Amino acid sequence: MSRPPIYGLMAEFTEPNELIAAARATRDAGYTRVDVYTPYPIEEVSEALHLRRTRLPLLVLIGGIIGGGAGFALQYWAATIAYPVNIGGRPFNSWPAFIPITFETTVLVAAFFAVLGMLALNGLPMPYHPVFNVPRFALASRDRFFLCIEATDPQFDREGTRRFLERLVPRSVSEVDH
Amino acid sequence: MSEPIVRPAAPEGGDQRPPIIGPGHTFGTVTDKISAVVLTGRTPRWWFVGFGIAFSLAMLLLYAISYLFVRGIGIWGVNIPVGWGFDIINFVWWIGIGHAGTLISAILLLLRQEWRTSINRFAEAMTLFAVACAGLFPILHLGRPWLFYWLLPYPNTMAIWPQFRSPLMWDVFAVSTYATVSLMFWFVGLIPDLATLRDRSRNRIGRVIYGMLAMGWRGSAHHWHRYETAYLLLAGLSTPLVVSVHTIVSFDFAVGLIPGWHATVFPPYFVAGAIYAGFAMVMTLAIPLRRAYGLEDFITMRHLENMARVMLATGLVVAYGYMMETFMAWYSANTYEEFMITNRFYGPYAWVYWSLMACNVIAPQFIWFKRVRTNIPALFIIAMFVNVGMWLERFIIVVVSLHRDFLPSSWGMYYPTFWDFATFFGTIGLFLSLLFLFIRFLPMISIFEMRTLVPEAEVKEELA
Repeated sequence: MSRPPIYGLMAEFTEPNELIAAARATRDAGYTRVDVYTPYPIEEVSEALHLRRTRLPLLVLIGGIIGGGAGFALQYWAATIAYPVNIGGRPFNSWPAFIPITFETTVLVAAFFAVLGMLALNGLPMPYHPVFNVPRFALASRDRFFLCIEATDPQFDREGTRRFLERLVPRSVSEVDH
Repeated sequence: MSEPIVRPAAPEGGDQRPPIIGPGHTFGTVTDKISAVVLTGRTPRWWFVGFGIAFSLAMLLLYAISYLFVRGIGIWGVNIPVGWGFDIINFVWWIGIGHAGTLISAILLLLRQEWRTSINRFAEAMTLFAVACAGLFPILHLGRPWLFYWLLPYPNTMAIWPQFRSPLMWDVFAVSTYATVSLMFWFVGLIPDLATLRDRSRNRIGRVIYGMLAMGWRGSAHHWHRYETAYLLLAGLSTPLVVSVHTIVSFDFAVGLIPGWHATVFPPYFVAGAIYAGFAMVMTLAIPLRRAYGLEDFITMRHLENMARVMLATGLVVAYGYMMETFMAWYSANTYEEFMITNRFYGPYAWVYWSLMACNVIAPQFIWFKRVRTNIPALFIIAMFVNVGMWLERFIIVVVSLHRDFLPSSWGMYYPTFWDFATFFGTIGLFLSLLFLFIRFLPMISIFEMRTLVPEAEVKEELA
């Protein structure tokens, strides 16, 4: 598959409600390779784009299990195998005393999984992305809302898609270079 | 999707409370106002004055630490029987202050308290800086601080391992986990705002530095979706974490057998005390900051009132803790416990105890009155009382419990030296220096979360 000549077409909106309506219309028109850029998270946009549930909670659970298991195993191994200290005949595997550290390592590794998992799934850090080629896109982090239909979409047609976007009455429509 | 989704931007009808954001704000004004503090070319003169004073104190800390490394902890006032002095008092005081940041950012997020939005960022920064100050003390008081890494479990040629059953080991894990998770939580919260600064910065250095830190954030809906999940999960993880940290700090005492330490009330009483101290510190910082930067629209009277209410509530829990300590001393019918309380009331450090009562029990009672609660100078004064009071509380717990334990033959007094004070005030300097740098170079209020509060962000019903 050869690379399309442009990355996609981007429409700019000034108001969140316009954007939500536009996102719905785009989905309804059958476009699938669509992304929306907003200055703050809008739940309705995720719904409009039918974003699937993220796998992140599962990753965090796995992180927590690894952290807790490894934390306890470390203490068990150090206290009973590597360096057992007999204090008045008390058991080497005094597990209640190991719980605080087990809890801390659980939280620590789960938190690492949450942060690094979020960044990895989002593909960040990303030093270059075509959307930044649109000069007005700098406003996406201030007060403007952008909807981009990517050229890899099976329905994408440089003229047709532009006409479609213009029917959504955006402030402007621009082509996104690679 | 038939349910109407409305974000309450302003208080609903009939709500007489002041709003959580001033009227007339839009996405643009919120962004501009908060980012202007950072992106302005002119640094206000008071910033240099404040930073200069704070940095001088931080240099005093450096001096005190250098001298400590040369001479050893003999330069401090600690000795048998009071082996824990200012070092541990300051450690507990600082770590307690840090807790309010996590409470505001995590627990109030889970409880959907929208007013937290304008104070969570700098409260989290406060947490980080307070934990940085706190973390210094246990290391400095080790005697041979350069060997602090012996506390960590690592394979070593001595073939020994740390004693994991000791609360002091729990402390190492609790505090380092807390510092790491707080840092990540804070940084994750900053990413979208760093992108705003990247896009709005007018000079190349700003664009490059903020751009690198923002990691290419572009506000994609797919990203926000995972971002919000991650943020919520971090809040869920931080909530039990913050409770565990001060619980473990209280175990440093409660697991010991010294009268005045060995009490089951310690964990909840420490956690409440931490929140109490932390909110007092947030208030101490928020009141001058909102004034200096004209942020009264974002940190409104409602915020100050709510913080005062949290202070009053946690203050009452702390007062209950003092009461229970006294009650248990009598109820236990244990000579040493009874003596511990008598000694607090009438012993050589009685003036510290009664000052503590004045600061921590009596001072916050004025918050019951609406006139006090809505009077900013009064709130500032009460917060200062609590800051001092919480420090005195740790003095009582650490020093007064140790100076007269079981055997009168081993009683003694504790007198802090110049170096104790130099280290303590030095950490205040370090804390304030970091805070001054933070408000100058990073947005002190979460811009993207503030955008969700403006009326424009309201989603119309027919679309939902």
